[in-house]
Amino acid sequence: MRIEVASENSFIIYFNDHIAAHTSAQIGACATYLRHSMGPLLIDLVPSYASLLVIYHAQMGDHYQVKRLLREALAQVQDESASAGKLIHLPVYYAEESGPDLALLAQRANLSIEDTIALHHNMAYQVYAIGFAPGFAYLGEVDKRLAAPRIATPRLKVPKGAVAIADRQTAVYPSQSPGGWNLIGLCPTPMFNPQQDPPMPVNVGDQIKFEPINRSEFLQQGGDEQLLLEPIA
Amino acid sequence: MSIQVIQPGLLSLLQDAGRYGAHNIGLTTGGPLDRQAFEWANRLLGNQLDACAIEVSFGGLQLQVQADTYIAVAGATMPLQIDGVDMDLWTTHRVKAGSKISLAYAQHGTRTYVAVAGGIQTPSSFGSRSTVVREKIGGLNGGKLVDHDILDCMPTKQLQRYTLPPNLRPQYASHVRLKVVLGYQHALFDRPTKQLFFSSTYTMTDRADRMGMRLEGPNVACGTSQMLSEGICHGAIQVPADGQPIVLLNDRQTIGGYPKIGSMMSRDTARLAQLRPGNTVEFCAVDIHDAHNLNALAAHRFQNTQLAAIDG
Repeated sequence: MRIEVASENSFIIYFNDHIAAHTSAQIGACATYLRHSMGPLLIDLVPSYASLLVIYHAQMGDHYQVKRLLREALAQVQDESASAGKLIHLPVYYAEESGPDLALLAQRANLSIEDTIALHHNMAYQVYAIGFAPGFAYLGEVDKRLAAPRIATPRLKVPKGAVAIADRQTAVYPSQSPGGWNLIGLCPTPMFNPQQDPPMPVNVGDQIKFEPINRSEFLQQGGDEQLLLEPIA
Repeated sequence: MSIQVIQPGLLSLLQDAGRYGAHNIGLTTGGPLDRQAFEWANRLLGNQLDACAIEVSFGGLQLQVQADTYIAVAGATMPLQIDGVDMDLWTTHRVKAGSKISLAYAQHGTRTYVAVAGGIQTPSSFGSRSTVVREKIGGLNGGKLVDHDILDCMPTKQLQRYTLPPNLRPQYASHVRLKVVLGYQHALFDRPTKQLFFSSTYTMTDRADRMGMRLEGPNVACGTSQMLSEGICHGAIQVPADGQPIVLLNDRQTIGGYPKIGSMMSRDTARLAQLRPGNTVEFCAVDIHDAHNLNALAAHRFQNTQLAAIDG
């Protein structure tokens, strides 16, 4: 583990040089520890795949003091190996009308569409990072056979709830936005609702398991029928 | 008490000091690009320094106040008129119900702050009124100001008027030296590359907005492009494979995967944000100790600067 200066009022802690479940658990535990130990000195934390950015009030304490607190936190989480996060189930309607890239992914993996879907929902994914857009959670890692590069020409409109794959990452688009990930289904559960507390159903360090649902379950659970009537381009 | 937008200009946004503590759900900070000018505008009115004001980029804003109040305008030199009469920037002005306030296009600099007595009272979202258009959060409905927007304000009380003496007002030059704290992946940039970066002149391009400013000049790529995405702080200077630095600002995405040589001091991102395409910059390296000392000194100077009272 290595602590680097990031800016006049932030440090970045590198936990590892590659993605690993125990690294993610350490980052989650370290973030929780710092939230308590830094108190008002803390402005913001950005956990990611193998690092944690810590932004602090430089008017309230100098960087020696903050670095000491970071070392203390790292000593505490050294042995963390299991994620303390929750396991969250998210429903997904996997189909060609909800996931326009599903057939291509199946073909590339040399699998049937059913097996491709099963490969995606049969495992639990770690929430590694949240960013890109409000509520966008980076999940990993998908089975090697499903790994797919971003599409050559990003779509201008990826619908809200789209379940997508890029390389070995997977995610649910929290709102309609442009995007280049491969779309395989739709999730009716809102991933970001500013009116709700908490606004997101997941945190970094949690685990997500996707549950396949059918068309009528998708609609019952609040899925938008319009997205199916005019299939995603 | 409220203010009506008659013409929004090119880009006018409601901004308070920014949104903090929400990076964990992917929300960026927002807030004023030029924090100094923003704080001066509030201080001239006796407001909290983080009170919500209007950030006017380039100019063209016209407002009408619905009741007597006070305003102060600070930042880029946008000619200010109240009911058709030229008025000074960096000064508290009394405005009467029905008065029209207009800002022409900037002569020097690009961002100007219009503050109102008591601060603008639009609803806050995740602890801040700051508008981040990309996230559709803050401001009025998450967007920039448009015609007919109504901005709620506090009822007015009698205020002492002040002005910042002209010799203390910031100057917006077309060439600036900007301080950078080495950090992040700076060790990946070899010595000649760092020397090139800190001894060259870079030009502002037109690919510049509230997310970041793309600069053009000698190639300072570090040769590494495979990186895990990580948290990006305010002022971070990322260098993609084309070797052209991008300084990330208030509306940046909170995580990203390009190598970074370090981060610009926030006092200097404020100066960067006042530049126009074609203006030029140089970078100089400071260590973390210098950065803290410079910030402490600047805060001390701000607190000890006396505003000049205006009679009547």
